[in-house]
Amino acid sequence: MGKWTRRAFITTGLVAGGGVVVGISMRPGNQVKELAGKVGNEGGQLIHSYVKIDSENVITAIIPHSEMGQGVQTSLSQMLAEELDADWDQLRMEEAPAIGEYSTYSAGRGYLLAGIDFPEILIPTVDGAMMRVADSLNMQITGGSMSIRTTGAMAMRIAGAATREMLQQAAAKSWGVPVNEIVTEDSHLFHAATSRREPYASFASTIAEMTPSQTPSFKDPSEYKIVGTHKPRRDIPAKVDGSLKFALDVRLPGMLFASVVRSPVSGGSIVNVNDSAARAIEGVVDVIVIPESSVDSMLGATISGEAVAVVADSYWTANRALQELSVQWSETGFESVSSDDIFAQFDRDISSRRDRQTDRLEGEADSVFSTAAKVIDADYHVPYLAHTCMEPLNATADVRNGRAEVWVGCQNPLGFRRDVANVLGLDEENVILHNHAMGGGFGRKSRPDYAIQAAQLAQAMGRPVQLIWSREEDVRQDFYRPAVQSRFRAAFDADNKLVAWKNTYTNKNEPIEAPLIPYAVPAQDIGFVSSPTHVPFGAWRSVDHSQHGFFTESFIDEAANAAGKDPFEFRADLLNDSPRHLVVLTKVAEEAEWSKPLPAGRGRGISLQESFGSIVAQVVEVSIINGEVFVNRVVAAIDPGLAVAPDGIAAQVESGIIYGLSAALHGEITIENGAVAQSNFDDYQTLRMNEAPVIETHVINSGHDIGGAGEPGTPGIAPALANAVFDATGIRVRQLPLKNFDLDFQVKETGVAG
Amino acid sequence: MSTSFWVNGIRQTVDVDPSKPLLWVLREELALTGTKFGCGIAQCGACTVQVNGQAVRSCVTPISSIEGSQVATIEGLGSDSGDLHPLQQAWIQHQVPQCGYCQSGQLMSASALLDSNPNPTDAEIDAAMQGNICRCGMYGRIRKAIKSVDVAASSEDKLFYNVAGVDHG
Repeated sequence: MGKWTRRAFITTGLVAGGGVVVGISMRPGNQVKELAGKVGNEGGQLIHSYVKIDSENVITAIIPHSEMGQGVQTSLSQMLAEELDADWDQLRMEEAPAIGEYSTYSAGRGYLLAGIDFPEILIPTVDGAMMRVADSLNMQITGGSMSIRTTGAMAMRIAGAATREMLQQAAAKSWGVPVNEIVTEDSHLFHAATSRREPYASFASTIAEMTPSQTPSFKDPSEYKIVGTHKPRRDIPAKVDGSLKFALDVRLPGMLFASVVRSPVSGGSIVNVNDSAARAIEGVVDVIVIPESSVDSMLGATISGEAVAVVADSYWTANRALQELSVQWSETGFESVSSDDIFAQFDRDISSRRDRQTDRLEGEADSVFSTAAKVIDADYHVPYLAHTCMEPLNATADVRNGRAEVWVGCQNPLGFRRDVANVLGLDEENVILHNHAMGGGFGRKSRPDYAIQAAQLAQAMGRPVQLIWSREEDVRQDFYRPAVQSRFRAAFDADNKLVAWKNTYTNKNEPIEAPLIPYAVPAQDIGFVSSPTHVPFGAWRSVDHSQHGFFTESFIDEAANAAGKDPFEFRADLLNDSPRHLVVLTKVAEEAEWSKPLPAGRGRGISLQESFGSIVAQVVEVSIINGEVFVNRVVAAIDPGLAVAPDGIAAQVESGIIYGLSAALHGEITIENGAVAQSNFDDYQTLRMNEAPVIETHVINSGHDIGGAGEPGTPGIAPALANAVFDATGIRVRQLPLKNFDLDFQVKETGVAG
Repeated sequence: MSTSFWVNGIRQTVDVDPSKPLLWVLREELALTGTKFGCGIAQCGACTVQVNGQAVRSCVTPISSIEGSQVATIEGLGSDSGDLHPLQQAWIQHQVPQCGYCQSGQLMSASALLDSNPNPTDAEIDAAMQGNICRCGMYGRIRKAIKSVDVAASSEDKLFYNVAGVDHG
């Protein structure tokens, strides 16, 4: 194992009253009064803290990740408690405050980029695409299916194991017995021969003076009692009785409510506002123009265009008055752009290979094509998508006397705090951010525009303001999942073997490996062209995998069909060098009874996609009734390396599948006259209970590095669905959503040409 | 204009614009924030409450229309003694919520369904619940949780919130 350096080591600190905290120290010597206050450590030793043991023997896991439905605070605590041998029933959890010492990526990428060694066992997990970005400051991001893989594997586990070792050493010394005879269980230390039993708290003050091992020994997974077992999520009880306070539920004395609107065409500014009708409505307090703001982060610049808000004594009044505003927006030059124009541009830019760059170049693709026995071509495309989190974007702010307080549910509390401070012209130390559990996130709540607007309004009003975006604003002012076109060409030799794969698509984002295929094709030329549009885009659950999963897993199905082979067998034959993939694919085929014949009008489709460190295969069964597609059953197999919370993994896979299925069947944001045409759940449909298939999830604990769970379920559902439709109808779906196809799978007039 | 009605058995009188939706009266006037705003046009079901035992979308229910009515919200779904409603217990048992934001509405729709139909089929569950969107996609778990509830065992609880209680009006 490598050595940790001084810039990254496990450390301990004393809690007032005799307790102890153990965590990862990042920048020794830097005092953080918020943290000191939190743990009662007036001495201010800097600790990136993950575990606290108080004098009552209560153990608290301090979690630097946000809860947006994924149950991460419970599963991260499981990882800590396992290595610590903590009493699960007595364990408490709390979310870390939005202060620098909880910067999540410092636990991973920061070490890597700085060239700092850390235990070799952890190195393979430091491989997320987001970690490539240089700026390691001000990130406390929950996203990229990373929490368990980074904070869990690299911090919580280490803190737990190191703490347990110190406790054992302290007890051994105190009792005068060999350390290897000390057994730990349920937050207690035991020594059988002398019948000694003491709570961890008895040694808290002792270990506060000790130096933790930088390379603690971890348990063998066969010894796990907490990790890998079902532990009911701690956040759920407050979600069934209405008591959980989302940001929308914040109530402050003297608080006003606001509704806001930006230019329908992105980038427009205000030429004129006539607000006389709005101001005439009883309860309206003010009409405020919010200036444009721009902030930079690892996710790219977030530009929040000029906006106008109505502030009132009720949100209902504010939003009603907003409809009475007459706003003239400036011309942007994009007023004539439609979705058709955008896809035509994509087509042109792919054909002209505009600034084409390469993702993967193997073999001599051009020469293979020139001698191929058979060649197939296809173009695919998918539309823009909105996130539509159930909880509309909202934030509450109080900005007075050079200080700001913000209440928000977000995926990046530290980044939001910095961005609010920058826009308001305050020092970060004078901004307090209270992060709430999110009513959905899906990537949207990594963008701070809504929190900045709330802070700007509160600053203008001089009293607390709760800004709530209407659902219409939420749909029209998103950072959309990008529309993408992808062009394929495949070559076969005389034995119908797939020998070359060419792919050019528009606009690459993250993760970089999203367009790559796991199949052993000797010649591959995969690359992308640049084809910018004026439509704001951002991360959407599974990011680029959501498009490329559909593209590549559909086209490999086309290749199987062209080769006259079964889609499962065809894939399996190309996975000799990818044994993990083959296991997952085989598992799903078995569980779904892949080879069992189906009656006419029904079909099965299969897909395989690795993303965020996990491998997922899916089989979808559909019925075609009067030309309409019904999804009957989805069988999924996932290899996440190790399932820390098995039911949590299953729930995330179910969730990711429904999210992706919703998009595949219904999801479509179109651009008309430069603006988003959709507005709410009536014209931006989402999957409902009556369309939801039975989902069976099979988890494979392969023992490999821990993979993500929140996103890997999403990419594979659309291709498996489209492949099932092909199986049932012989019609190849190369564009989404399916709603644009009529009974005969001809394109409806609202759709795009197919 | 003043409107009087009962919420979870407690009489309430509010003096607001008669067209103000029940949702915003609950959230802004009565500090009952368990009922959520999702769309404002009765498309998502996050705001579902019960009025006289029927599931309604409170975001499009003018306060004037519920004069004298019995309103039940998520805050009143459990029993007066603090026990969870059998559906709430089933929600925990089946680990239904992810983000949890839609669940108040889901539970109010589900409890209205079971009150009128103690043993619904899958198709009946789908029909009663399709007005409630869950973007986390927990439909399968919701279906299982509803089917797991033994209504006979909970019959004493299921109508308690329609009983008028203390008059605070």
